[in-house]
Amino acid sequence: MMEQEKSKKIKELVGMANSLKWELGMGMHDSIVSSVYADAAQIARKTVTTEDSKPAFSLDRRIDKVVTSRWLGFPIMFILLAIVFWITIAGANYPSAMLATLLVDTLHPILKGAANSVMPWWLSGVLVDGAYLSMAWVISVMLPPMAIFFPLFTLLEDLGYLPRVAFNMDSLFRKAGAHGKQALTMSMGFGCNAAGVIAARVIDSPRERLIAIITNNFSLCNGRWPTQILIATIFIGAVVPPFWAGLVSTAAVVGIAVLGIVFSLIVSWGLSRSVLKGEASTFSLELPPYRPPRIFQTLYTSLIDRTLFVLWRAVVFAIPAGVVIWLVSNITIGGVSLAEHFINWSDPFAVIFGLNGVILLAYIIAIPANEIVIPTILMLTVLVTGMHEVGAGSGVMFELDSLSGTEGILRAGGWTLLTGVNLMLFSLLHNPCSTTIYTIYKETNSVKWTAISTFLPIVMGFIVCFITAQLWYLFV
Amino acid sequence: MSVQPNCESCPVHLKGNLKRLGIDMEKVDYVVALAGNPNTGKSTVFNNLTGLRQHTGNWPGKTVGRAEGVFGYNDERYKVVDLPGTYSLLSTSTDEEVARNFILFGRPDVTVIVADATRLERNLNLVLQILEITDRAILCLNMMDEAKRNHVNIDIRSLSRELGIPVIPTSARRRSGMTELVDMISQVASGKYVCKPHKVRSRSPQIKHAIDNLSKKLMDAFPGLPNADWVALRLLEGDQSIIEAMQNGSLGELVPVENEVQ
Repeated sequence: MMEQEKSKKIKELVGMANSLKWELGMGMHDSIVSSVYADAAQIARKTVTTEDSKPAFSLDRRIDKVVTSRWLGFPIMFILLAIVFWITIAGANYPSAMLATLLVDTLHPILKGAANSVMPWWLSGVLVDGAYLSMAWVISVMLPPMAIFFPLFTLLEDLGYLPRVAFNMDSLFRKAGAHGKQALTMSMGFGCNAAGVIAARVIDSPRERLIAIITNNFSLCNGRWPTQILIATIFIGAVVPPFWAGLVSTAAVVGIAVLGIVFSLIVSWGLSRSVLKGEASTFSLELPPYRPPRIFQTLYTSLIDRTLFVLWRAVVFAIPAGVVIWLVSNITIGGVSLAEHFINWSDPFAVIFGLNGVILLAYIIAIPANEIVIPTILMLTVLVTGMHEVGAGSGVMFELDSLSGTEGILRAGGWTLLTGVNLMLFSLLHNPCSTTIYTIYKETNSVKWTAISTFLPIVMGFIVCFITAQLWYLFV
Repeated sequence: MSVQPNCESCPVHLKGNLKRLGIDMEKVDYVVALAGNPNTGKSTVFNNLTGLRQHTGNWPGKTVGRAEGVFGYNDERYKVVDLPGTYSLLSTSTDEEVARNFILFGRPDVTVIVADATRLERNLNLVLQILEITDRAILCLNMMDEAKRNHVNIDIRSLSRELGIPVIPTSARRRSGMTELVDMISQVASGKYVCKPHKVRSRSPQIKHAIDNLSKKLMDAFPGLPNADWVALRLLEGDQSIIEAMQNGSLGELVPVENEVQ
């Protein structure tokens, strides 16, 4: 068939469709939809019967009335979140300590000894003090909290609680000019921001989808939970009597997570009133029935799919980061290491924001993965302050007895309560990891929006840290 | 249903024949699409068939892209494509387009529509829309365990008669009904079971007339086009992606080869 003839026929077709559309008038789409509904209803009537002695899903409805009620909805949400964190914080101490004893205290000196006897000092430094040690730290800091947090979170997810969260949050997001489904993408972001950004595909309107993508970084991702939990335990739990420590650190972590939600709402509001103007579109959200979670299946999939996946990613990024850390701490110019040059140079600047040079350098090295921020900070502090022997012997991070070890490292690095608080804030408000940045680019296909999503949180982070630091200096 | 009363169709015999092949995509004989409303258990069915562990979760919109996996059954290899869940095929969000375009242009050999037995009427809206585009479909009536718990009874035989496609009751979370589903997939794929899908009847005479006119014209431009009525309907709705598909030739590709030669 001739191409020209074909395109002529297509033009005729489109023209004909258009004129027929005018003839049929405005109600056509509704009429088409309702004809489908009519047939569906007819078939359902013929084939479905319910025993009306017991109305279906009466228990579900009663539960929903409570968990999505105006007064109890939010408190229940926060309490559930708090319980999850409290179990995580309380449960992670012991296994973390054991792993650190094994990997850092016991294996590291053995490996170091073995390596020193067969290779030059710099190679054993790069491999054992750099690559191995950072990997060991990542595993002992990350694995226990993740192995507890993910299954708990997955249980909530399987139970059907997430759509209820979306239901509760919907009106807030709509008031902010964003899509109600953003509550779902936000919840996904609590697992992984890259996944949250992809999940924004469920939002039809491009404007609201962009808002959801840009603000997803305000959901603390699993790479940042351990940072929050650790710093809250060391610095915030320490200012109250031991009896209250667990509860207060939990409250601090929940506080940061809620603050993230608040920022997400504020930024959505700002965007939908400025560069992404528009009205929120409506949608219908189905509240799925509650399903008793299959405990073992959940444990299995969340351990294999999430915990090991995230841990593997952390290890993969930690090994080269460990090498970089060792190199910048050991390559010297004029008798001072590269790391110290950077830290000394950036310290005065960082102090304005209540942070320090080590934190800034750690965030630069850790751009590939948030998971390695804390190990990087610890290693940099240890290597730069020259207390290598102390550090290698006290990598125990969650055990309350030896918290003083970790704390000792950080205090030696000049850390105060302010540094701890601001690190928690900065961990919430900084650029997304490189995977997320790449995902944002793939989803939006736009350098501009990728750049905005990357730099907006950093700017906000510096502003917020600046304000807390200045207030702190003023009053303390 | 055309079930032969011999050992071969007995679930006990069949169980051994299902080989979960993960993502080994080489040389597949048939392509199976998994469609359905959000949160009906498509990903769970997918995992049961392929042995993969696509993450599942109890909330609508869990799957946004599409996942692919392979299983083998009776020496034949089936590629399964898990499509994002949608409530309809009539609007234009990204996830709906992914699902619709795959069923239309990906031309799967079988489309398994996974439906929530506890919410059958709402799920049927999508089932009927899918039956407008494809002739080879199976209704996988999932969550039968929950339906039972909530005292919902469904007459499987008359549902199958009404829809004109096989209906397999399953509880994918408990892995029940999967062997029957696999067997039916192979019967429909190989053409042993011929579906006579229900077409929407309650349309107004004016719309019917307009569709007839347009689809005649369509058949003239694309002789042998399957589901011309549905394409006509989409044109009436001013569906831009269908107009594009006509212009860039992907609609023409839907015409079976033997017609192209004439």
